[in-house]
Amino acid sequence: MAEKTVQAHDAYSAELFKDAEKNPENLLVVKNLKKYFPIKSSFFKMTIGNVKAVDGVSFVIKKGTTMGLVGESGCGKSTIGRTILRLIEKTEGEVFFNGEDIFKLSKAELRAHRPNIQIIFQDPYSSLSPRLPVGEIIGEAVREHNIVPKEEFDDYITRVMEACGLAEYHKDRYPHEFSGGQRQRICIARALALNPDFILCDEPVSALDVSIQAQIINLLRDLQKEFGLTYLFISHDLSVVEHISDTVGVMYLGNLVEYAETDKLFSKPLHPYTQALFSAIPVPDPDYKMNRIILEGSIPSPANPPSGCKFHTRCKDCMEICKYCRPDFAEIEPGHYCACHLYNDPARSAELSKIMDEMKRAEAEKAEAKKK
Amino acid sequence: MANDEMKKTSQVGEAKAKEPKKKTSYISAKESRRITKFNRKITKKLEHDREEAGKDPAYYTTRMRDPNNVVEFDNMCTYFFSDVGTVKAVDGISFDVPKCSTVGVVGESGCGKSVTSLSLMQLLQRPSGQTVGGEIRLNMGDGTALNIVNTPVEKMQELRGNYISMIFQEPMTALNPVFRIGRQVNEVIELHNPEMSEEEVKARTMEMLELVGIANKEGVYEMYPHELSGGMRQRVCIAIALACRPGLIIADEPTTALDVTIQAQILDLLQNLKDKINSSIMLITHDLGVVAGMADYVVVMYAGRVIEKGTADDIFHHPAHPYTIGLMKSKPVVGKKVEALYNIPGAVPNPVDMPNYCYFRDRCEMHCEQCAGKYPPEIRISDTHVVSCYRYIDEGTVLGYPKTVDVEGLLNG
Ligand SMILES: Nc1ncnc2c1ncn2[C@@H]1O[C@H](COP(=O)(O)OP(=O)(O)OP(=O)(O)O)[C@@H](O)[C@H]1O
Ligand SMILES: Nc1ncnc2c1ncn2[C@@H]1O[C@H](COP(=O)(O)OP(=O)(O)OP(=O)(O)O)[C@@H](O)[C@H]1O
Ligand code: SF4
Ligand code: SF4
Ligand SMILES: [Mg+2]
Ligand SMILES: [Mg+2]
Repeated sequence: MAEKTVQAHDAYSAELFKDAEKNPENLLVVKNLKKYFPIKSSFFKMTIGNVKAVDGVSFVIKKGTTMGLVGESGCGKSTIGRTILRLIEKTEGEVFFNGEDIFKLSKAELRAHRPNIQIIFQDPYSSLSPRLPVGEIIGEAVREHNIVPKEEFDDYITRVMEACGLAEYHKDRYPHEFSGGQRQRICIARALALNPDFILCDEPVSALDVSIQAQIINLLRDLQKEFGLTYLFISHDLSVVEHISDTVGVMYLGNLVEYAETDKLFSKPLHPYTQALFSAIPVPDPDYKMNRIILEGSIPSPANPPSGCKFHTRCKDCMEICKYCRPDFAEIEPGHYCACHLYNDPARSAELSKIMDEMKRAEAEKAEAKKK
Repeated sequence: MANDEMKKTSQVGEAKAKEPKKKTSYISAKESRRITKFNRKITKKLEHDREEAGKDPAYYTTRMRDPNNVVEFDNMCTYFFSDVGTVKAVDGISFDVPKCSTVGVVGESGCGKSVTSLSLMQLLQRPSGQTVGGEIRLNMGDGTALNIVNTPVEKMQELRGNYISMIFQEPMTALNPVFRIGRQVNEVIELHNPEMSEEEVKARTMEMLELVGIANKEGVYEMYPHELSGGMRQRVCIAIALACRPGLIIADEPTTALDVTIQAQILDLLQNLKDKINSSIMLITHDLGVVAGMADYVVVMYAGRVIEKGTADDIFHHPAHPYTIGLMKSKPVVGKKVEALYNIPGAVPNPVDMPNYCYFRDRCEMHCEQCAGKYPPEIRISDTHVVSCYRYIDEGTVLGYPKTVDVEGLLNG
């Protein structure tokens, strides 16, 4: 029975962004992307379940714009990023980059694409080679892909480094000699040096002090204005996301629960999770008393997510239907998508009630059978 | 050795590519040899001195200036003897962590916040990293204090985890990639509670994982660090740090990888724990919102020095130092749209070659004539508020100048 609602849901999502990849304005189109990590039993290495890290996510990023992605820690943001870049294989779904299906590219084609699609990793410590001096870390791929003529190489690297708040004298030093924030800037410089079309920024500025953070954000924006770069910007800092993004997606437990233009989302968050999230933003004033919406209950596990709406165990507006049916990711207002039963239109409501009644009846029958 | 060779070949390559307009950022081979030789000598001497001092408790037992403090940093200097010269990462900083309170440490990325906390834990990368001057006094609660700078390693091992515990900035550095999460948390609990049975230890691990908001705790118990999300790793580190009820918690960017709801939950947890076991927190973070919500006192650092310190109210409502003022201005605020964010122009001076005037002068929009003179002294502008800036020289009491260490002299003297 639950299967049926999931199928109904998937079909609904597929309709949502139909043919979006054919529009040349869209640089990245993600359709119903899923990534499950198998859970192996410790004895026989048998798969005993799945961590549903990403469970049916669809969105579109237009050329030259920035999409912000926010959500609970562990909800699958980095996994989306890694799947889009094919650093790990998908379970299901489609991803189009410039109209091309990424998952259909051969290894060689993918390599040719690499300099165009760059990533700034969340954990700079593990993504920098400890044996190379910083100038080499940033310059290695620049040389490999012949981004600039040989004689300009040195100056070019220096310029990129300076733009990211690093100085020329840093070239000779090794990653372990840098602070956390300086290492993050090395990663940013390495990505920017390749002149990419698209950069996936996974928490690029959270390790930086606010002034350098502002410098990097301004730099990213300037590059965007000048060269039409496109970003997917993952961050927990909502003030930064608000500042840099054109559209914002909010995730909860492997799903996108809300997606809209930044102004719309921040002025009128629809989903109860988004509302709770926004209420917890810290304010730089020691006298300010926050009016936090406290999320009751513990965070459910992605290995065994709650039935129906995954947020129902903690939602302050939970209704009966929420426990049974998964809400559709629907366009509530033009360009404002949200997955919540609070906003169902009457026709869909009636339809879903019927499914719920059926599920209830089946449940009751099962219980009856068990008694016997 | 391999490093030297690499540097030489790359230098040759570069010299060939273009000789004339090369900036002097690269060090000549001769200079590099001199530095290496010097580093070997000085680190050997410092290691030897420390070993000697560690033999006799009289050398590392002192008294607190104020018994109501848990930790006092007194003109502490921590330098790195690196291949490119001596990096004065922290150069004469002084501040206190009072009992049962939270001290927020903020400042430019690379200004020495992590190095300060690593010095307190004696976890610097040795032998290249050395605390070469000043004292770090740790209150032992019985009228005596330890000077961490000279405390022997065995004594430190006892203190770490039991008395002071640290949440690291980069969780991957603190977790062992080849062991399962459960085992790593168990180990810490076992170490500090040898009387517990295996089941009790596991139960306590589960409890800690639950406390830091990890949902799939049975699953996570069996996972390896690479299988966790960034925020989950950070929370595992927090669980490890809090497992043994320390008197002082050093939290280096504890919540940067967490979303705001979990961040709020973790900060509540820290605050409650602090109140329950009367511990103090040294909170290092870039998030001024978090500092405002948590800290009783705030220390602002810049280029290895403390440039302003005071109560949270002093710093947030009456910031005095031009750097602090710039920092407050750079923070984006939800609901306030601006075209471009403010950022402080310019960059930090090269730590190998610091100027002899105010380190902030080249970026300071408010500099005056006096600022060309020597580094500004610490000036007390109210009971709780101290700032290092010439603009206040006539308004407050001059307390003194931060100390620095002449490393060449150290070797000869
Ligand atoms: N290699 C893996 N094997 C098993 N599970 C994994 C693996 N990588 C990620 N996961 C699981 O997938 C889920 C989502 O992880 P992901 O790293 O995408 O989260 P995130 O949204 O980026 O969180 P954060 O904000 O904390 O970085 C987590 O529950 C994590 O445990
Ligand atoms: N092992 C090392 N060798 C040489 N220099 C080092 C070493 N570790 C740190 N440094 C230098 O010391 C300075 C202070 O570093 P630290 O890690 O304390 O900065 P931080 O204030 O914690 O910055 P962030 O906010 O970016 O983490 C930096 O300039 C860094 O380059
Ligand atoms: S569908 Fe129901 S449980 Fe889910 S967010 Fe909406 S109201 Fe809450
Ligand atoms: S001492 Fe002078 S240069 Fe330095 S911060 Fe103060 S006003 Fe600016
Ligand atoms: Mg992540
Ligand atoms: Mg640090």
